[in-house]
Amino acid sequence: MALQINGKTLDTDEEGYLANLSDWEPEVAQVMAESDECDLTDNHWEVINFLRSYYEEYQIAPAVRVLTKAIGKKLGKDKGNSKYLYQLYPYGPAKQACRYAGLPKPTGCV
Amino acid sequence: MPILHTVNKSPFEKDSLETCIAHALDGSAVLLIEDGVYAAANGTVVAPRVRDAMRRLKFYVLANDCKARGLGEDALIDGIEPVDYAGFVDLAVGHDNVQSWL
Amino acid sequence: MFRKKLMYLNRRAPYGTIYAAEGLEVVLIGAAFDQDVCMAFVGDGVYQLKAGQDTSGLGLKSFSPAYRALGDYDVTRLYVERESLEERGLDAGDLMPLTWEDEDDDWAEKSSIHVVDRAELTRLIDAQDVVFNF
Repeated sequence: MALQINGKTLDTDEEGYLANLSDWEPEVAQVMAESDECDLTDNHWEVINFLRSYYEEYQIAPAVRVLTKAIGKKLGKDKGNSKYLYQLYPYGPAKQACRYAGLPKPTGCV
Repeated sequence: MPILHTVNKSPFEKDSLETCIAHALDGSAVLLIEDGVYAAANGTVVAPRVRDAMRRLKFYVLANDCKARGLGEDALIDGIEPVDYAGFVDLAVGHDNVQSWL
Repeated sequence: MFRKKLMYLNRRAPYGTIYAAEGLEVVLIGAAFDQDVCMAFVGDGVYQLKAGQDTSGLGLKSFSPAYRALGDYDVTRLYVERESLEERGLDAGDLMPLTWEDEDDDWAEKSSIHVVDRAELTRLIDAQDVVFNF
């Protein structure tokens, strides 16, 4: 599979995750969200940016349970809960948001 | 020129280094690579064995493999020379043959 | 639910073989099952925790930073065998600092690393329901 961004063709795996982390740019998230019919708000971006910095530090994409706890610590309890995160990312906060953020599929999501 | 021996296994897990030392002629070179670089560290139980072998063999260590494993140059046994990839190539062409102890 | 006591016993150096990387992956995936998990580092396994690993020169992704995420995954007990460190000229100060935050103690940051001697580790292994050897 592949993604067309600004005239470039980016490779993805069979589940739609970017093959090369370094290919990521904000348009990647936009294009993926559009094909999911999802409008990216600031709240969505907050999670995407959080995931990118988490990956930068730990070199792994966090499992949903870990993501929820970490978001709660960084952005407050009203955001660190499954209800809030599933509203933003109905396909699963870790899986869907990691894909938009250009990360691999989360480690520990079964 | 004599043989260049390379060892890529940890001396704590395999006897590759021990066998290499036992079968290397005086004046040969030994290049420690991959997990073999752990043998170059000071203060380990194998360090005395390496120091003893260094009286008749010249020891080198691949710098990037040390760096990957958090083994700093200040932690190496005195007299073991770090080389980069170009240095590896120079050693290989500068010897008659290369023997890999896996 | 009955929680099993699981130990992941790590005996291999990182990078030279795939054991360490795969073992860590299994720990992170297994953490989803909410069991009583600990890790032990024996023999060359202690090298997995060595501070200052930098694989940029190998053109290889380092999985060393992922050990720091173990606390987030509720893996908070890492036993390192003292004799294995000593044989390799190392002590606790040569290892990367790994911590976890104790939710029940006002998120106090606590060290995950426990250096134990061989006899103590032997008892710990004996007390497990399952030991996974990598």
